Amino acid sequence: MDVGKIRKDFPILERVVNGKKIAYLDNGATSQKPRQVIDAIVRYYSEYNANVHRGVHKLSEESTIAYEDARRKVAEFINASEEEIIFVKNASEALNLVMYSYGMANVDAGDRVSISIMEHHSNFVPWQFLAKKKKAKLEFVDIDGDGELAELEKASGSKIVSILHASNVLGTINDAEGICRVAHEGGGVAVIDASQSVPHMPVDVKRMGCDFLAFTGHKMLAPTGIGVLYGRKELLEKMGPFLYGGDMILEVKKEGSKWNELPHKFEAGTPNIEGAIGLGAAIDYLNRVGMEEIRKHEVELITYAIAKMKGEVSIYGPLDARKRTGLVSFNVPGVHPHDVATILDEDGIEIRSGHHCAQPLHDRLGLESSARASFHLYNTKEEVDRLVEGIRKVKKVFA
Amino acid sequence: MSVDYSRIMEIWKNAPNRGEMEDADVVAEGENPVCGDRVRIFLKIRNGRVADASFTGEGCAISIASASLLADYAKGRTMEEMKGLGKEKMMELLGLDLSKNPSRLKCALLPLMAIKKK
Repeated sequence: MDVGKIRKDFPILERVVNGKKIAYLDNGATSQKPRQVIDAIVRYYSEYNANVHRGVHKLSEESTIAYEDARRKVAEFINASEEEIIFVKNASEALNLVMYSYGMANVDAGDRVSISIMEHHSNFVPWQFLAKKKKAKLEFVDIDGDGELAELEKASGSKIVSILHASNVLGTINDAEGICRVAHEGGGVAVIDASQSVPHMPVDVKRMGCDFLAFTGHKMLAPTGIGVLYGRKELLEKMGPFLYGGDMILEVKKEGSKWNELPHKFEAGTPNIEGAIGLGAAIDYLNRVGMEEIRKHEVELITYAIAKMKGEVSIYGPLDARKRTGLVSFNVPGVHPHDVATILDEDGIEIRSGHHCAQPLHDRLGLESSARASFHLYNTKEEVDRLVEGIRKVKKVFA
Repeated sequence: MSVDYSRIMEIWKNAPNRGEMEDADVVAEGENPVCGDRVRIFLKIRNGRVADASFTGEGCAISIASASLLADYAKGRTMEEMKGLGKEKMMELLGLDLSKNPSRLKCALLPLMAIKKK
């Protein structure tokens, strides 16, 4: 994998911030876009912009083919079938779809719904809402001292077990197959929030055995506003629609309407066509580099980063790089993460600070907030060196 | 430099006026849930003017420095004067330009917003 060549595909990496070339280390929040993705979107608007699934004219046929081709690429990328891929706007919407269309119909008073304490708010708040609404019990799988799931078996017997694949704070890669097994053994369904895993490593829904899988495009080189819900066909067929309106119907009469077939039943209204096409182009890009290669590169980077940062800062999550994704959350003792991020920004080093939409996890760790550096395929060891230099500068400023 | 920390650090290190005031007449509390910053400003009012001011808080250097400076500035002034303070005055006290850093502006204005709510 030639990182130098890859970097040339990302125009934004040439950007200068405060007089310094940027080191973009906030990929956990969103990734940058290669020109192949930008070009695909420009091409769509310059050459064949038209609404999908509507007209019989040339442009509409072309846009429909491109939109559905993107769906095929997503399906192949995670080993699903096309009718199991629903385009949504982001992972939050995907999880809301499961909560409303599956959860509301299948969870009753007294039932259990299990999530983990390390969830991003996107996989926390919808289930909290469902549990309150249905008077169900929301339970939390805890973490151990290494930031890994502890006593997952306790989730067994829940109607829904919804847990993230990789933590956006701890970096922990959870045993998704184990989560699905526990959910199924207790007669429930397994929902996996794969927002932080699909962009960084090979994911196979069949091997995982999940019933639903949610992820978002913008963290995997695609534009914002496009996300994916995978749902097992048998379940999707039984579920009612999430949103009602255009395109999700086969027939509309004054007396009632018939729902469209999968996956269109769940895609009401004109979809994000440019987003889907951009996502398709992003998947082509990731496939060309190879997900195994990307994972290997990130393991190398994170191993290097942890070794260099260990003596400088407090690091959260497992220290074994094989157990985590390419991100590292940390605190400089005695310095608020916002100050860390602002001082790093002065040198063009872009990291995240705050609670990273995981407040319950920060409470569990006894932290108000943390700083986070998160990598992707274009990041380099030199950028890690700049980060470490920046951290030393922070300490000097606050000495 | 995007944000000049030199003056902030000077104040942050000693943080004048830090400490709880048991007999305060006004206690203004501010919280920024996004970053977990929390400040409390204590004011003692005598003859319609702030006779003494202090603060407590946890947060970033900008919010702490801002609370410290604001407590200092409050002394001898009326509540109306304090509530009438604008963002520009706060920036002047801090010696900062955060026009390009809207997220950090919230940190800087947290103590002032707490007083304005009283």
